[in-house]
Amino acid sequence: MKRRLRYALILAAALPPSAVLWAALGPFVPEDRNQVFEIPQGTWARRMAGDNVSILPNEVRLTLGVRDVLVLKNRDDVPQVFGPVLMMPGQSFSLPFEMASTYRFACTAHASGQMTVTVEPTPGLGWERLAWRTRELF
Amino acid sequence: MRIAALLSGIALACAVHASEDKLKAGVFDPPRAAPDFSLEGSDGGELKLSRYRGKVVVLGFGFSHCPEICPTTLATLARAQKKLGAGAKELQVVYVTVDPERDSPERLRAYLAAFDPSFIGGTGSPERLAKVREAYGIFAARIGGKDRYGFDHSSFVYLVDREGSLRALIPYGRSADDIAHDIAILLKK
Repeated sequence: MKRRLRYALILAAALPPSAVLWAALGPFVPEDRNQVFEIPQGTWARRMAGDNVSILPNEVRLTLGVRDVLVLKNRDDVPQVFGPVLMMPGQSFSLPFEMASTYRFACTAHASGQMTVTVEPTPGLGWERLAWRTRELF
Repeated sequence: MRIAALLSGIALACAVHASEDKLKAGVFDPPRAAPDFSLEGSDGGELKLSRYRGKVVVLGFGFSHCPEICPTTLATLARAQKKLGAGAKELQVVYVTVDPERDSPERLRAYLAAFDPSFIGGTGSPERLAKVREAYGIFAARIGGKDRYGFDHSSFVYLVDREGSLRALIPYGRSADDIAHDIAILLKK
């Protein structure tokens, strides 16, 4: 019984450092590199009713090699200008990025008339990866 | 053991093939028919998109006095076209002006010929051009004074396949290699 308790305590003490170690050094194996934004059905009707609906942020942040495909989906019943593209009802648009940089698109959906996509480099081993995973958690 | 090696070889070949067939541009799913239009062509004839059915079309919007975006885009498209080799004759670059006041068919012809003589420009009345921009979700706003002015405009170009479907959007800044890669995929189909 005492031995079991000792093992449990050792395990409990070892787990947090292991998790931090994994977060800092573990490889990225993304199942899905898509960052999806969707216009839900009824958005146009809500806008017409005076509701200030905002779906797409002014700035979209992507990470190369981890989440680097911007996916826009129009589930509404009317065409929508979404980011840089005019999309028909039911249509989706996926834009992969291969270079870390800041991309600016004209976007009539925003008051600034502009949408910025910031593609950050793949976080390096250690602190960068740990910071990225911590940010993703919250 | 040999069967396992064979199967993994086939899987690898399929994966490589799939990535080769994947467009690097932004892809529309499902593709929609590219809206047709009728404008004054820089070749002196009527410019209709449907005139190029059977070819892959790169469709862009800009103006000949553009200081940076348009010359860079057109030069990149010219380089991409050269990379296609014999496939280049199956490609048509169409550039529609956002500045009908200054871009006459003759002006467009001379301007586009500096990049490639096969490029064709389109112009028309402001109202007609505005309708074309609306159909393609193109933004264009005049900036500057009465005499010295320019345009803030969408900088991407569209890829239209041989059947006339709007397949993809290429953001400004993509390399000639990437553009040629995508055009080559559409030419195969």
